[in-house]
Amino acid sequence: MNSCDAIVVGAGHNGLTTAAFLAKAGLDVVCVEKNDYIGGAAVSRELYKDWIYSNCSYVCSLLRPEIYRALELHRHGLQVTPYGGSVTFTEDGDYFAKYHDEDVSYREFARFSRKDADAYERYAADTLRQCRFIRDFLLSTAPDPTSFKPADIRELVKIGRKFLDMGEDRMYETIRFWTMSVADYLDEYFETDVIKAAMAPSGIIGTALGVHSPGTAYVLLHHYMGDVDGNVGAWGYARGGMGAVSKSIAGAFQAYGGKLRTEAGVEKIIVKNGRAAGVALEDGEELTAPVVVSAMDVKRTFLNCMDRSDLPAAFYERVENFKIRGSSGKLNIALDGMPEFPALPKGSELYHSDMHFVDSMERMERAYDDWKAGTWSKDPYVDMVIPTTIDPTMAPPGKHFMSCFIQYCPHKLEGRDWTDAEREQFAKTVIDQIANYSPNFKELILHYEIRTPEDIEAQIGITEGNIFHGELTMDQLLFNRPVPGYAQYRAPVKGLYMCGSSTHPGGGVMAAPGANAAREILADLRRPNTVPENFGDD
Amino acid sequence: MTERFDAIVVGGGHNGLVCASLLAKGGKRVLLLEANEQVGGAAVTREFADGFSVSACAHLLVQLQPKVQKETGLDVELATSKMTTIALGDDGEHVRISGDRVTGARDADARQYRAFHKRMTRFADLLATYCNVTPPRLGTKDFADLATLARLGFDVRRLGKTEMREFLRIIGMNIHDEVTERFASPLLRGAVSLDAVLGTHLGPRSPNSMLTYLYRLAGNHGRPAVPKGGMGAVTQALASAARSAGVTIRTGTPVARIVVDNGRVTGVETSAGERFESLTVVSNADPKRTLLDLVGARHLEAGFVHRVHHLRSTGNAAKLHLALDGLPSIAGLSKKEFGERIVIAPGEHYVERAFNPAKYGESSPEPVLEISVPSFRDPTLAPTGKHVLSAVVQYAPYARKGGWTDAAKAEFEAAAIRVLERYAPDIAGRILASELLTPADLESEFHMTGGHWHHGELALDQFLFVRPVGGAQQYRMPLDGLWLCGAGTHPGGGVSGAPGRNAARAILKRENAG
Repeated sequence: MNSCDAIVVGAGHNGLTTAAFLAKAGLDVVCVEKNDYIGGAAVSRELYKDWIYSNCSYVCSLLRPEIYRALELHRHGLQVTPYGGSVTFTEDGDYFAKYHDEDVSYREFARFSRKDADAYERYAADTLRQCRFIRDFLLSTAPDPTSFKPADIRELVKIGRKFLDMGEDRMYETIRFWTMSVADYLDEYFETDVIKAAMAPSGIIGTALGVHSPGTAYVLLHHYMGDVDGNVGAWGYARGGMGAVSKSIAGAFQAYGGKLRTEAGVEKIIVKNGRAAGVALEDGEELTAPVVVSAMDVKRTFLNCMDRSDLPAAFYERVENFKIRGSSGKLNIALDGMPEFPALPKGSELYHSDMHFVDSMERMERAYDDWKAGTWSKDPYVDMVIPTTIDPTMAPPGKHFMSCFIQYCPHKLEGRDWTDAEREQFAKTVIDQIANYSPNFKELILHYEIRTPEDIEAQIGITEGNIFHGELTMDQLLFNRPVPGYAQYRAPVKGLYMCGSSTHPGGGVMAAPGANAAREILADLRRPNTVPENFGDD
Repeated sequence: MTERFDAIVVGGGHNGLVCASLLAKGGKRVLLLEANEQVGGAAVTREFADGFSVSACAHLLVQLQPKVQKETGLDVELATSKMTTIALGDDGEHVRISGDRVTGARDADARQYRAFHKRMTRFADLLATYCNVTPPRLGTKDFADLATLARLGFDVRRLGKTEMREFLRIIGMNIHDEVTERFASPLLRGAVSLDAVLGTHLGPRSPNSMLTYLYRLAGNHGRPAVPKGGMGAVTQALASAARSAGVTIRTGTPVARIVVDNGRVTGVETSAGERFESLTVVSNADPKRTLLDLVGARHLEAGFVHRVHHLRSTGNAAKLHLALDGLPSIAGLSKKEFGERIVIAPGEHYVERAFNPAKYGESSPEPVLEISVPSFRDPTLAPTGKHVLSAVVQYAPYARKGGWTDAAKAEFEAAAIRVLERYAPDIAGRILASELLTPADLESEFHMTGGHWHHGELALDQFLFVRPVGGAQQYRMPLDGLWLCGAGTHPGGGVSGAPGRNAARAILKRENAG
């Protein structure tokens, strides 16, 4: 009765992606979700009447175009509209902006430094080269360097060849790029602090690292390697909020005959005779299937939903020590009108762009020091956007929805739970920072939703509310993600798989982990592959 | 008439001496020029107060490579070896680390430490093998390079599946995560963290600090020794080995420039205007000083200059020397333990907090210290009954905001002494004289750009294939006849002698190949 071919636990975008590709291959798939809504952290909800919030993720770029096409997401209502530029306000009342138009951008750079304006082209080319190098490997399973299996060796050779093709100098540059800090990387190109401050955040967003921490240059890629309509590095809004991404994947999944069950939280993954046999739901119901796929992060999967005795001790210990660190929060705001930013020219296109209020790398690093000391940043980095300037569906006419991403914000305050008063204080920190640059901002606020990592964990289920399901440090990337030796989506229990962002290539609304997991599962089941190959850039 | 040599070594630091010595043994006629009045570079012993002498920069011998000792015929008499590290704690509750043994922490910690140490020394031994070879170039068809690469791959594989995975996992990691995963004792966590960050611009949370920890272990498994007569005795012994191999050593002869003629090096000119000719010039100075000052950017390709220019080489480690009228009293520390290595780094968070200000060009208000009392075992360093305390104090960033003025130095010295007083309450009253050497002082005394004891930050992006910069990792610079042999080259700093030895071998190999 309650049995099917595969159960996917968690209807986030990755879970839905795996489910959709399995269903497309003809499997009878059930996707279970604990909440009464789907989407995980790619979700739109109406928490204030007539306002749609992108509660967690808020902009779209990384979603792999191969997946978009293979699942025909446009048929299921997904529309991504590019938006342009960014602005960083400076404490002295000026601002630094980046525009889509390269000539305009050049003049803006040159307003601060001619040298930086000239350096930007070099910077963009070098960074794009790194993007292109890695983009090819997003839709493939990371090879195990300790393995002698032909598939692993083939993939290793492929990577090695691509690396060698760069030529000697660029190989060295690549080694350095993967290991250096974003601050050092930017120092090699730019001299103006506000320009560096405008570029650096991509290296730290979602991580528990500072701009001076080695390894953060690589994290840049996690914000540059996406594209909108083939425009690499561009970002867009999903019409109707990020929930539209999940809904469209769910639409595809259902069109292939898959079944979605909400309010069906999993209590336990059932293991019988050393292999996965199904799941026990919180209400006591049991579903059986020979294949169980978890889209939850690895800690939640193995530490909360399984018996320790079902797993190898060394694996269990590694999962315990897997680093998922809450480092960012969100504030979603319903606005009665458009806030004014007197520093910007009237009617500036920059009102449609990302806005930032931290104008130096030192302020950014100090924000990190607060987090290390166990509290939220008193002068945080805020990535603020007003999607309703482009997408009118998210708020009534003339009204706006504002999304603020805030870093740093710890999961616990000095090791204990947040109090309501502290959550409000946290919100106030952010609101005050914006109000410094927008005098009418405070009076426009109708409602807001505070999301500390603790809130995100409680609602979405991600351990510590970390947007990537695990730190993006070298020890947790590629063949090390999530656990060395288990980086190919297979858990140590036969029939059990992982497909969430804890797996390669990591977080962001990319859907690549979900697609890669589906490919491995279908291979194990000896079913025809429904997961697309990567297009390649050239 | 100018004199002609087969090779000229610029700078008589320990690496320069090792390199000169081995070149001479290889049959070359070698001249070594040293700017200061005595050779030794940053490994010297000198008087800092009446009757009190100290190892002015490096004060513990950790990484000296056995191969270097053997090939140069170096004979060092040690005052003490295999020192225990004592991590000072409150109320005399100290943690002692000796090899793989830990006392003063819980049994579980001691057990974990033993396992940790075993694994780390295994990885460090692997690293040590590669400290003693020229790093291969990538993408070449050179047989020796390919062989080294293949061997590297083979050696990593030979660790076995589990250990290889662990190696690949931790190599880019930070020490903070490793110590918090394993140990409960804050003192043990702090002491291990300190070993990882000494001499670097890293905090325990900074990724890469695992690499620096392994690097430290790659010599003598991290067990320091103190030579009799201070570090200067090592370099003096190296100098006499060099002399007996036939090297001509001239001290007090600063090199003003490396002479380039028709796109190749032809010799050097001293600041007194004297010229020496040689088609091979090996610089023991750091890469920036060598390439940007002594050679000059105009003789080099622009992209290469750009990379050298961006080399990170600003130091954070200061040296504090105290002349004491007697041993201070530290609760829970027996008298004979003053001969060991004493560290003040109570907890990984303490170390991280000390690091924070360094990012903004400020010195630590509560610094971390690595202390030795060399006079305890070596009475020649101080008058009878009196003692010398030598400490590495972090963090004192080279580019301090506002500069290292006398007031700034006094403030930092006072901060260090306040921290010392917490454990040795009577120390302030025992100080007869003191000397603080900030990285700025180390730069001016030892001519190291940025006062960095590794001549360039030791981090994955400046390591192995990309040390000092990509394309120049084989000691040979992209200018005919110019070589580097200092700590700025692979594998890096510490009194190891490895860069000097590797460079000499690379030079001899090339010249013998014609």
